[in-house]
Amino acid sequence: MNSGFVNHFWFIPAVPFAASLVILSLPNNRRKVAAALAVVGQVLALAMSIMAFATTLQTPDSRVVLNFTWFTFGEQTLRLGFLLDPLAAAMLVMITLVGLCIFVFSVGYMAEDKNFPRFFAYLSFFAGAMLGLVIANSLLLLFMFWELVGLASYLLIGFWIERPAAAEAAKKAFITTRIGDMGFFLGMLWLYNRSGTLLFYDRGNGCLEAAGLATLGASATFIALLIFCGAAGKSGQFPLHVWLPDAMEGPTPVSALIHAATMVAAGVFLVARVYPLFALGAINGVTPSLTVVVWIGVTTALMAALIAIAQADIKRILAYSTVSQLGLMMVSLGVGGVAAGIMHLLAHGFFKALLFLGAGSVIHGCNGEQDIRKMGGLRRFMPMTFATYAVGMMALSGVPLFFSGGWTKEEILHVTAHWPQSHAPYYLVLAGVVLTALYMTRQIIYVFFGEARSASAHAHESPRVMTMPLIVLALCAIFFSVVLTPAWPWLDAYLTGEGVRFDLARLIQPMLFLSLVLVGSSVALGVWIYRKAGVPNGKRPANVDPLEYAQPVLFRFLANKMWIDELYQQTIIGVSWMCARLSDWMDRFFWDGLVRGFGACGQIFGIFTARVDERGINAGVDETAAGARGLGRLLSAAHSGQIQTYLGAIAVGMLALLLLYAWLA
Amino acid sequence: MNTAAFIVIAIVTLSAAMAAATLRKLMHAALSFALAIVGLAAFFFLVGAEFVGLALVFIYIGAVAVLIVFTILLTRRDVQKDRGFNWSGVLIAAAVLASLTWSILKTQSTAIVAPHIRALTVKQIGQALMTTYVWPMQCVGLLLTAALIGALLLVIEEKP
Amino acid sequence: MTPTLQVFLIVSAALFSIGLLAALSRRHAIFILIGIEMMLAAANLNFIVFWRFGPQHQPPVGVMIALFSIAIAAAEAAVGLAIVIAVYRHYRSTNVDEFNQLRG
Repeated sequence: MNSGFVNHFWFIPAVPFAASLVILSLPNNRRKVAAALAVVGQVLALAMSIMAFATTLQTPDSRVVLNFTWFTFGEQTLRLGFLLDPLAAAMLVMITLVGLCIFVFSVGYMAEDKNFPRFFAYLSFFAGAMLGLVIANSLLLLFMFWELVGLASYLLIGFWIERPAAAEAAKKAFITTRIGDMGFFLGMLWLYNRSGTLLFYDRGNGCLEAAGLATLGASATFIALLIFCGAAGKSGQFPLHVWLPDAMEGPTPVSALIHAATMVAAGVFLVARVYPLFALGAINGVTPSLTVVVWIGVTTALMAALIAIAQADIKRILAYSTVSQLGLMMVSLGVGGVAAGIMHLLAHGFFKALLFLGAGSVIHGCNGEQDIRKMGGLRRFMPMTFATYAVGMMALSGVPLFFSGGWTKEEILHVTAHWPQSHAPYYLVLAGVVLTALYMTRQIIYVFFGEARSASAHAHESPRVMTMPLIVLALCAIFFSVVLTPAWPWLDAYLTGEGVRFDLARLIQPMLFLSLVLVGSSVALGVWIYRKAGVPNGKRPANVDPLEYAQPVLFRFLANKMWIDELYQQTIIGVSWMCARLSDWMDRFFWDGLVRGFGACGQIFGIFTARVDERGINAGVDETAAGARGLGRLLSAAHSGQIQTYLGAIAVGMLALLLLYAWLA
Repeated sequence: MNTAAFIVIAIVTLSAAMAAATLRKLMHAALSFALAIVGLAAFFFLVGAEFVGLALVFIYIGAVAVLIVFTILLTRRDVQKDRGFNWSGVLIAAAVLASLTWSILKTQSTAIVAPHIRALTVKQIGQALMTTYVWPMQCVGLLLTAALIGALLLVIEEKP
Repeated sequence: MTPTLQVFLIVSAALFSIGLLAALSRRHAIFILIGIEMMLAAANLNFIVFWRFGPQHQPPVGVMIALFSIAIAAAEAAVGLAIVIAVYRHYRSTNVDEFNQLRG
């Protein structure tokens, strides 16, 4: 590949940014131009990403670094930079490819919207920020792009600003992630304080290289945990996961792009990027910070999977599934399987975008209905959507052999099983896998099988512009598995920078059978539980979930998202409300009283001086005033009352002084 | 010090200042004023007084220009009317410029190039503010508080 | 060739004169304020430039004066604009030609 391009790979985020700016400056009725610009920008970015990817292929373990000075401040120099390594290149290709599919899908999905160009401007803006985040070589630059994707997410969740729920969700997403970002920022300051640089790689002086890491010492654990706060906020990890399901108020393509495939994965990416910081001083691959990552990930994965079982909104189920899968990735990173976690991230990007777009197609076909209990039988009305959705569902459930999700999940199970600290995460992750298959089976039975219910009676297949991206993504979800199999672990080798060889014997291993049995039995269980879903069975009415009938209390607990939102409302928000009330009261009564007391003192003093003034001083002043009045009358003629005349006079006076000076000198 | 940078900054600053002084629309003038301040800050960066340049940007653009824009918006009903232009002001300003330039050019001791100096750090400025200039700084703080309260009192709406 | 002290002073003189022009010629009160701000800024440029070209002291006097004058300019702008608003409420106008109650 041409070496000229390698030194300009910062072009990749620049193109979508430029497209976004141009679209924003267009008048609101140029819909076709706006869509075309956004798609073309994305195609260019994809082409350049593939070129960048190809360059990293040629030299294994390559790392192209472009550092530059942002500004100099006294003796301090602030440097930023871009970085192209296998991790970044793989992310670039995934983001641009998924992004392109979603852009094309949006052309169909948003066709009726009156703010169509604005939508594409925001989408392009997001794509640019996300690509920039991936190739940043400085924690500061990464943080800037991090906040920009947060801004794009805020704008897009609240895109339908006239809906109060959307505005509320946008605010919630912004504030919740901001809590995490605060930690990220503090961690960044601390890191800068200790190591004096925020560049990741800088010819041996970067903060992730041996010399930089050596300066950190024991503080590395705390810095890593603070940075993990930011990652947890962005990736919806417990306890900051509450914003992600609400973010589904945005348009469905946005959910697919930002809240499933790319932005929420940024947290996982961040942990992978600064992994040396987490792994510093590891004994047997275990550090305190990584242990925290594992347990947070396990909690999130299991909790979200449980909640997903009891949800009725098609997008919310997928949202909780996303939270759960992100938890899984965190577990993988925490136990030391960086490559496995990133591979799951990439595979998840494809099939989760596919599922969300499929859900979008279903919602589009059902005229905006999102409740799965009102759908049913859509398999007949929307065959293409059904076929691609089934592929996505099987990839997410982890069906082995043919679907990308199966291989990456096995990989994660494999690394988790070998974690020296404890075996509990392994069994909990297994439970998560079972639950995933269960809720996906439930969803697909409710939506696509059985008899048509109220919302699906007049369903129709979506137009070609929407089904084509689905097909492309489904093919990606299947063929991506080619580079993931243990027989030919090409992607693993690419990410870790090792050689790869073909060995069919490694394909057959116990983990494969285990997951085959596990997924097969849980899908069968799901089919058995939900076989009569949506129709009355015995004493159970049609609109009651089979599980709800069997375990009403437990179901209600899960359906209400374990009351975590309510808990936050009562505790954190309640406490801040109390604090606000208290300071209000302090201000009104305590400080005000103090101020009034001082005021009264001044008043008393004033009365006293007034007495003295009247009696003693006035008489003398009166005489002087009479004289001044005469002089004043004389001078007042010169005062026009026009301020500019005065100003002009001052200027002329200055001029005269200057001339005098010149004459004397 | 870079001559090309100097020329570019000088042109930007002076033309923006000229636009601020002569544009008919008040809002455009206020924005040109902000641009002129950016140019001035660039001068400060050029001569190595980065901290003052940043302070200039923060205070003039962040506060003063925004205040001006707010005032324009608050007194909006009045800005549409066409206003005359006082040509005697041009005469005086031109005379001042001519005499200033003449006296600068005549002073030979100003035809020098900048000496090489050590970079001015924020730490030095901070130390100076907290030691030698601690009283002036406190006075400025008092002045700013007084200005704040005074401005509030001036614009407060009197209840009928 | 690098810029000498002279050209800096000339630029600052030009900026000062433009500010004076704005303050003297425009009829709108806000323009007068903008003009005054520009004159102050030109003076600041002089302080900074003399600091840079002159002998070095510790502490840097020119820089400190410029900082203080920026702070004072901010106070001046706040009060000045408040006055403009107050006057506008009173006269329903911002044309300085109409404010002549102080005529002797």
